[in-house]
Amino acid sequence: MDIVVLIKFVPDLVEDLEIDAGTGLLDRSFLRLMPNELDDHALEEALLLKERHGGSVTVLTLDSGDVDETLFTAIAKGADRVIKLTGEGFDQGPSNQRIAGTLRQALSGIHFDLILTGTQAVDDLDGFVGALLAEQLKLPYVGYITKITAGDGHLVVQKEYPGGLNAEIEVSGPAVLGIQAAEKPPRYVVTSKVMEAMKTARIEEIAVDGVTVDTEVPVSAMALPESGSHAEMIEGNVQQVAQKLAALLRERGVVA
Amino acid sequence: MSVVTSHEFLDKVVQATPDGKQIRKCLQCGTCSGVCPYGFAMDYPPRSLIAALRADDWHGVLESDTIWLCVSCFACASVCPSKIPLTRGLLSALKTEMLVGGSIPAELQTALGNSRRYGNALGESPKKRADWAKDFTVPVPVMATHKEPVDVLWFVGDYGSYHPRVQQVTRALAKVLYVLDVKFGILGPEENSDGDTQAFTGEWGLFELLARKNAIAMKKYTFGEIITADPHAYNALKHEYPRLGFDRTVKHHTQYLVEHFDRIKPLLQNRGAQRVTYHDPCYLGRANDNNIYAEPRQLLQAIPGVEFVEMSHNRALSICCGGGGGGMWLDGFSWEKAHTRTTEWRIKEALAVGADVLAVACPYETPRFEDAVKSTGNEGKLAVKDIAELLAESMFG
Repeated sequence: MDIVVLIKFVPDLVEDLEIDAGTGLLDRSFLRLMPNELDDHALEEALLLKERHGGSVTVLTLDSGDVDETLFTAIAKGADRVIKLTGEGFDQGPSNQRIAGTLRQALSGIHFDLILTGTQAVDDLDGFVGALLAEQLKLPYVGYITKITAGDGHLVVQKEYPGGLNAEIEVSGPAVLGIQAAEKPPRYVVTSKVMEAMKTARIEEIAVDGVTVDTEVPVSAMALPESGSHAEMIEGNVQQVAQKLAALLRERGVVA
Repeated sequence: MSVVTSHEFLDKVVQATPDGKQIRKCLQCGTCSGVCPYGFAMDYPPRSLIAALRADDWHGVLESDTIWLCVSCFACASVCPSKIPLTRGLLSALKTEMLVGGSIPAELQTALGNSRRYGNALGESPKKRADWAKDFTVPVPVMATHKEPVDVLWFVGDYGSYHPRVQQVTRALAKVLYVLDVKFGILGPEENSDGDTQAFTGEWGLFELLARKNAIAMKKYTFGEIITADPHAYNALKHEYPRLGFDRTVKHHTQYLVEHFDRIKPLLQNRGAQRVTYHDPCYLGRANDNNIYAEPRQLLQAIPGVEFVEMSHNRALSICCGGGGGGMWLDGFSWEKAHTRTTEWRIKEALAVGADVLAVACPYETPRFEDAVKSTGNEGKLAVKDIAELLAESMFG
């Protein structure tokens, strides 16, 4: 099974986020980026599948300027190929629609049986990359996956639902899967192995340009969350709570 | 290349460690396992480990995860009659094999991952490394903006920079240096973890990465000598960095302050009577025969009002606080395996000699011992303070 893993670089929240007063958007000049945590789980799940059933793991990411170490780490963990996509504006936090379009274009030249990525990321403003990409590729998509088992000619995936419910879903043919958590915590790879990968492995590059996007949600402004003074608990039975809530919403101008 | 048999592993330790060949001379006397603070809970304390390796039971050794109880305190190595480098060689090499094989407790993985990504084990913002000095009463020059040579480059370390309790120690030392008119500077955001504890978890590659970053930063500036309040940084800078081509004089703050003893003494005032005992940090004492035992005691005994008392385990017999060798990042694991904390034994010893204050000299110790004062139900009965704090209190009230 040839698996492609998609890794998105997202703002590292260890640094304070700042809003650029001029653009009203995230100030990216001093932003620290890190691989999306759930994408790391997707890589782990892909490596586990490869170890059990053979095949290959290819890691794909948009080059945001700071991705090499993560790609070499993926090699050290057991990935076979690592590819960074180069193009205009990739360091400016493109929308998920645009990321999906870029990935679709790059994937036209890469063989795969399965695409894994994190179900979601901290900076998803316009849907999830996996679902958007699946739509563009006309492939099935299942998200919130915590386990993948290879069956006879198909996969059985375990999907998490709210409220502690789990479903097992059969998936056949090429598909895009959104990983919520790998079966095991992502592995640790010693630094010396990463250093060795830096010396011996090669990061492939694919230039992608001219990506068109049908719909793109424009972001007009961003703001840091304001901390309120207190929370108000609405007491009473269902009827009373609903009435008070409706009154509050009208009072605050949320509904007419 | 990964190791596949015990004998290949032993060969590797012999080749890679200074005095490694001594391992062939193990008498199986068991002194090491007896003195090991966690030996009782390990499947393979040092003597048993060597016996298992000689019997080619590599599989059995790798099956056990209790090597992660090793706090790299050098107790075993310091008593070994055959002078086997147990801590620096055998035990850290086994941890390396565990890491390579993917057997690593999750909490340790977090600390190592943080060290690699952020240059500090706490996972804090590298940019905020000097924030402890912001709006502080004493100016703390950061080398990148200071632009002038200094006499003393102060290596603050991870915990001294970021841990709220240890920041108090850092600020106390800054005040003492300032009043002594020491021309000092810090690296601030250019400083990375010294890497010593990461090395003793077996992650020598990560140690080298961090050490090289620090060496590159320090080589940019003109300074006389390095001081640090962190015995782990002291140990690494003194014994491991030279191997990587960075060989500069480093002193622990207690050594440096003793050199300025004549100027410190008149500044010390009696702020009340206190009975003080002192916990010898492993990496000032036993580790690599650093043997810094006299200086901390000289400083403490100079403070007017201090009545100094020794605990039964002192100097080379000191009991580890449990933070070394990755123990700082393995609290949950160690508790699960051993159901005891060495810090709690130590608190009981300090109380047994009637101490009001447990003086320490390592950034791991203030928070660890303060926790143990509480967990043994002795809150309010024993204060834990770094020597720098006790000096600052005596000087400034």
